Amino acid sequence: MNKIRIAFLGMVCSVLMIPAAIAGTLDTVKSQGFFNCGVSQGVPGFSNPDENGNWSGIDVDVCRAVSAAIFGDPDNVKYVPLTAKERFTALQAGEIDVLSRNTTWTLSRDAQIGLEFAGVNFYDGQGFMVRKDSGITSAMELDGASVCTNLGTTTELNMADFFRANGMAYEPVVFEKADEVVNAYDEGRCDTYTTDKSGLAAQRTKLADPDAHVVLPETISKEPLGPVVREGDGDWADVVRWSLNAMIEAEEFGLTQSNAQTTCALTSNPVVARLCGKEGGTGAGLNLGESWSYDIVTKVGNYGDVYERHVGENTPVGLARAGSPNASYKNGGVLYAPPAR
Amino acid sequence: METDKSKIGSFIFNRSVQGIFYQLITLGLVALGIYYIVTNTARNMLERGLASGFHFLGVESQFDIGMTLIDYSPTSTYFDSFIVGLLNTLLVAGIGILFATIIGFTVGIMRLSSNWLIAKIAEAYVEILRNIPLLLQIFFWYFAVLRALPKPKQSLELYDSFFLNNRGLFIPDTVFGEGSSIIFYLLWLTIIISIGIFIWAKRRQNRTGERFPAFYVSTTLILGTFFVSLAATGFPVSFEYPELKGFNFKGGVKLIPELVALTFALAMYTASFIAEVVRGGIMAVSKGQTEAAKSVGLKQNLILRLIIIPQALRVIVPPLTNQYLNLTKNSSLAAAIAYPDLVLVFAGTALMQTGQAIEIIGMVMGVYLFLSLFTSLIMNLFNRFMKVDGER
Repeated sequence: MNKIRIAFLGMVCSVLMIPAAIAGTLDTVKSQGFFNCGVSQGVPGFSNPDENGNWSGIDVDVCRAVSAAIFGDPDNVKYVPLTAKERFTALQAGEIDVLSRNTTWTLSRDAQIGLEFAGVNFYDGQGFMVRKDSGITSAMELDGASVCTNLGTTTELNMADFFRANGMAYEPVVFEKADEVVNAYDEGRCDTYTTDKSGLAAQRTKLADPDAHVVLPETISKEPLGPVVREGDGDWADVVRWSLNAMIEAEEFGLTQSNAQTTCALTSNPVVARLCGKEGGTGAGLNLGESWSYDIVTKVGNYGDVYERHVGENTPVGLARAGSPNASYKNGGVLYAPPAR
Repeated sequence: METDKSKIGSFIFNRSVQGIFYQLITLGLVALGIYYIVTNTARNMLERGLASGFHFLGVESQFDIGMTLIDYSPTSTYFDSFIVGLLNTLLVAGIGILFATIIGFTVGIMRLSSNWLIAKIAEAYVEILRNIPLLLQIFFWYFAVLRALPKPKQSLELYDSFFLNNRGLFIPDTVFGEGSSIIFYLLWLTIIISIGIFIWAKRRQNRTGERFPAFYVSTTLILGTFFVSLAATGFPVSFEYPELKGFNFKGGVKLIPELVALTFALAMYTASFIAEVVRGGIMAVSKGQTEAAKSVGLKQNLILRLIIIPQALRVIVPPLTNQYLNLTKNSSLAAAIAYPDLVLVFAGTALMQTGQAIEIIGMVMGVYLFLSLFTSLIMNLFNRFMKVDGER
C-alpha cells in the first residue's frame, strides 16, 4: 500500500515539474547541444534513411543547415520519422523542434493549428500516377477511378475538390502510411495514386517496375512545401527561416559549397561578404555566431547544391529544375529569398 | 494535562482517522493535478494559437470517404464524417463479433473432439492465430486478398450478377417496389406470433411434460407467409445488377476488400481466444452431469443442448464479453489498411484538417468507452438470464 502511495505521489510531482510553457527553443537547443527534426518515414530525395540509418534529402538538409548555423556542425540533429498524421501533434507537443517533412503551407494550418511556416524549400503541385498499360493520358479520364492516397494531407482535400469541380466520381482509398499506399497501388487496389508530383517521382522508385507507370501531365493544386516550427517562438522561427534564405541567396550570388572557401577569401562583393560572415553582423541579430551562413554553405551547400544532390536530374528521383517553379527567379522560377542583411 | 495529551495522541494515532487523512490528501492531490493539467493545456493552446471548441463539427468537411452507410459528400459537415466513421466501426465490429462467435464455438468444440485429427487441427488453429500480432494478420489477409483477386476487367463472376475482383465483391441490390411494405408487416407479425408459440410451448412443457415442435412450426409459418405474400402481391421486388462501366462496376451493393480483410482478420484472431474460452467453459461442467443425463436416457444432442451448454455458458459469458470488447477496440487498427472507420476518418483525416486533437480524440475515446460499456451491459443481462434459478 505504501509503495503505491509513494508511486502516486511521484507521478503527481513529475506532472507538476513539466514546464508550464516551453519558452526559448533556441536557448534550450544551444544548451542541450542538438535539436529534434521531424522528417518523413522515407521519401527518396526529401528525407530518406540509408541502410546505416543516416538521413539525407532536401528536407533533411534544411535541418542540417539549421544545425550548421547554430553549432557550426550540420550533424547535431536527431531525426524523428513521423507519419503525415502524427507530424503536427509531434510539433505542438514539443517532441520535435522543426518539422521538415514535405509539408504544404496553407491558411488553416498557419492560422488554426498553432504552426508557423518558415518558408518554402520546394514548390510542388499534386498530380496523378497511373499504369502505362491503362492507356490513360489525362486526369480528366479518371471518372470512376479508385484513388490511393495518404491520410492527413492536403492531397485528400485537393482530390475531393478536383473530382467535384469536374463532376467526376471516384473511390478514395486512404492509408495511414506512405509505404502502404505504394504497396496497395502496386498490388492493383487502385487505378491511380495521387500525391505531390515530387512525391510521385520519389515513390515511383519504390515500385516493383517503375517504368510501367507514368505521371499524368495535370497539376491540380499548389503545394508550397517548407519547414515548420511552433507558433509563438519568433526567435527560433527566425533561425530556421534565415537558414533556408541563406541557402537560396548563396546560390543567387554564386557562392557554392565547393567554391565558398576561395570566394570568401577573395570577394569584394558586399552581399557575398555578408554571407561569408566577414561583415554586416547578421549573426548577432539571430543570436548566432557571425559565421552562421558561411557554415551553412560550406557544410551543407547552397540551394542548388542541395537540389542537384538529392532530387536533380542525375538522381533516381530525377526532377528537372530548369523550367520548374523551383528555379531561381532569375531563371524564370519563383525561388526568391529576401536579402540576408 | 496528561489526559488531554493522550486524547490528542489517541486521535492522531487512530487508524481510521489516519486513513481518512491520507485519503483526503490523495483526493486533494488528484484534484490539484487535474486542475493543473486542464488550466495548463488551455493556456498553452491559447499561447500557441490552437483553435478550440466544437464549432468545427458544423463546418463542411471538404473530403470524401471511400465507404459510407449514409449519404455523404465533401459538402457534408465534420459531424457527418463522425457518424460515417462510427457506423463503419459498428459494421465491422458487428460482423466481426458474429463470425468470431461462430468460428470460436466451432473450434472450441472441435478441440474437445475425441477424433485426434480434428482436435489437433483445432489446437493448431488456436496456437497459430492467437500468437501472431493482429496487425500482421490484418496486413497478411489484406495483401493476400488483393494479390489473389483479378483486375476488374477479368472479374470472377457468377450468373452475371455476382462479381469479385480486387476492388471488392459486387452483388445485386434488392429494390423494393410499391406494395412491398405489406410483406414486411406480415413478416413482423409472423415473427411475433412465433415468439408467442415458443413461450406457449415452454409453458405447456413445464405443465404437462409434452414437447411441441415449436421451431419447425414457426419456421414454416414465417417462410410460408413470406413467400405466399410475395406471390400474392405479384413480386414487387426487383434487383439492380452491378455493371462494368469504365474502371469498375457500378450499381448493386459493393463490399470493399478492406472491409472483407479486416472482418476476416478480426474474426479469425478473436475466434482463437473464444475457442479457448468455450473449451474451458465446457470442461468446467463436471463429467457427472453427462453421466447423469445419460442415465435418465437423454440423447447425445439433447445432453449437449439441455445439460452441458446452459451450464457452460455461465462460465463462458463473462470472458466472452472481454473478447467482444477486444474485437471492437481492435477494429481501430483499420487505419492501417484504409478501411474508413472512426479512427481513420475522424481521428485521422478530420483531426488533420482541423487540428483539434483534444476535442476529436476526446469524442473518439468517448465512443469506444460507450461501446464497451454497452456491450458489457448487454452481456451482463444475458448472463443474468442464463443463471440457474436459485443461484446467487
